[in-house]
Amino acid sequence: MKDISKSYDRQKSVIDQISLSIEEGEFFVLVGPSGSGKSTLLRMIAGLEEISGGVLKMNNQVVNHLPPKDRNLSMVFQNYALYPHLTVEQNILFGLRAKKVDKMEQQKRLQETAEMMGLSDLLKRKPKQLSGGQRQRVALARSVVSEAPICLMDEPLSNLDAKLRAHMRIEIRRLQKKLGLTMIYVTHDQVEAMTMGDRIMVLNDGKIQQVGEPITLYNQPANLFVASFIGSPKINLSEAKLIDHKLVLESGLQITMDKEDILSLLSYPNLTMGIRAEHILPGTTEQTSHTLEVVNVEQLGNETLLTFEVGKELWTAKWLGQWRIQAGDYVPVQLSSKNICFFDSESGALIRPAVAMKEQEVVGL
Amino acid sequence: MSGIVYQQEVQHSVDFIKEKKKQRLQHLYKGVLFLLPSILLFSVFLFYPLGKTVYLSFFLTDNRGDTTVFVGMDNYLEIFKSPIFLQSLKSTLLFALYTVPGTIIVSLFLAILANEKLRAIGAFRTVFSSSMGISVAAASVFWMFLFHPTIGWLNRIVKTFGMEPIGWLTDPNWALFSVSVSTIWMNVGFTFLILLGGLQSIDSYLYESADIDGAGYFYKLKRITVPMLSPTLFFVMTVTLINAFQTFGQVDMLTRGGPQNETNLIVYSIYQEAFMNYQYGTASAQAIILFVIILVLTIIQFKLGERKVHYQ
Repeated sequence: MKDISKSYDRQKSVIDQISLSIEEGEFFVLVGPSGSGKSTLLRMIAGLEEISGGVLKMNNQVVNHLPPKDRNLSMVFQNYALYPHLTVEQNILFGLRAKKVDKMEQQKRLQETAEMMGLSDLLKRKPKQLSGGQRQRVALARSVVSEAPICLMDEPLSNLDAKLRAHMRIEIRRLQKKLGLTMIYVTHDQVEAMTMGDRIMVLNDGKIQQVGEPITLYNQPANLFVASFIGSPKINLSEAKLIDHKLVLESGLQITMDKEDILSLLSYPNLTMGIRAEHILPGTTEQTSHTLEVVNVEQLGNETLLTFEVGKELWTAKWLGQWRIQAGDYVPVQLSSKNICFFDSESGALIRPAVAMKEQEVVGL
Repeated sequence: MSGIVYQQEVQHSVDFIKEKKKQRLQHLYKGVLFLLPSILLFSVFLFYPLGKTVYLSFFLTDNRGDTTVFVGMDNYLEIFKSPIFLQSLKSTLLFALYTVPGTIIVSLFLAILANEKLRAIGAFRTVFSSSMGISVAAASVFWMFLFHPTIGWLNRIVKTFGMEPIGWLTDPNWALFSVSVSTIWMNVGFTFLILLGGLQSIDSYLYESADIDGAGYFYKLKRITVPMLSPTLFFVMTVTLINAFQTFGQVDMLTRGGPQNETNLIVYSIYQEAFMNYQYGTASAQAIILFVIILVLTIIQFKLGERKVHYQ
């Protein structure tokens, strides 16, 4: 029923001609660094901000001119926007009372929502007396109780501590699936985006960088920005040139290339290569392509993060298991051209994604 | 063996307590040292005069203010029999009743208007708060012109509507009202500014959230603005109430307590009693009564008001 499609053609620089459509029941994540215009975009959808150009449609109806209350959506704010002078119950019912919903209906919805969000015991409390996570749940309850089919969230988890954030991620995701909400979720945290979204839109400087499923964004980043924004630790990048069938990095490091790979790269004089941390593999006696100096070691228990100095750049490798390596050691590594993404240095656009991904997935399964 | 250990522990703990006491005393001295400037100022300008006033209120005085005869509570009993004092008490209460709600309603209205994001709103804010920068004397002078029976603007307006001119400051039925109106005008600047500050500190997210929930303008005003503004409103109410009881300047300038003592507010009555009739004893007694009234009213206000105030 609620098939939203919208397209923006905003001439102003904050949001620059963004066109996209979001399907019903989808968990759509807008992600980008601060100042990329993602919150502005969300507020435009909510009707809190003027749309200066273009058409916003919901359910195939143009809603550009409608005030927020007539757009039939709910919103969770970054700081929750709870009314400090009202109890949890009054906070949750605020919208229903404003719309003069029937008293019985109000109570029914309140009970259901409170039950679902685990707030039944807290209804008489004031927001001041709640913990961060509880406030977050009240804010969620307030948007659930409105029974609006579209829910907008503006960095709702950024005020919580790491542990609670991980927990609420799952709760929000479950809630969205259970109620079949169409969720538009804004965050600057790529981990949130990756873990929660059905589809992600990466935004930078008011321009769409890429729209797609999380795995697609990770494996086939459309450009350098997406590549470096998605994924933790960050993808390792370096300027490179093709010399004598070999890839020569800025630092002088050389990587042998397959014949068929070279053909597609020949037309680009300046390349940027990127390799994910998990693709810098520990070298074995048979397969060691390079020996690199370790400048830092981070032991995470289940995996070890090694930082290498490669020319001016610091590269990070993620190795499974615990490795007894000290900073200053030289370790053998294995870099394969199959794992490398190539970008055009000038436009930043992707030339060829890492081809070995698919095989690895199969191995992983 | 255990006895020795026990003894040692006792000795140890005694030393410990002594040390604590010493530290606490040092803390106290330091605290008092920091308070000393205020204590000194308050003593010279508040506590000493208050004490002196209480002292004087038990005596009759000569016209230099020196005590002559001790009369105990007679001064107090006397003024409560005096119809002039009772009249001024009544006028003061009425005056407070007119000016406190009047000031708050007008300035709240202006503050809500000036809180809208409009073009050149800064100019309006300046205008609305400008009466704060005008002295009571200057304001009284031009209100006197407005109230003037023949050339005053107010009477001209009245005349254009074909009504009889009103003796704004000379008619006993109108004088207190007129003084109240000019007082409200004088108060509005300050109250407006404080309320506007209060309004601006309300988080805009609350209104946005209410917008999405579909709340109308007046619903937002009632459910968000007023409750969130309640600490500021409470402050403003307390201050204007105390101000109302202490009004002197505009009475002195506009009516001198007349006509028929209608505008003879308590402070003006104290002034007359002390510096025109040289009755320092009864004047002091009146001052003490005023002090008690303000104290009691403020306490009541705090007791009643605090329940409805939502501090963040």
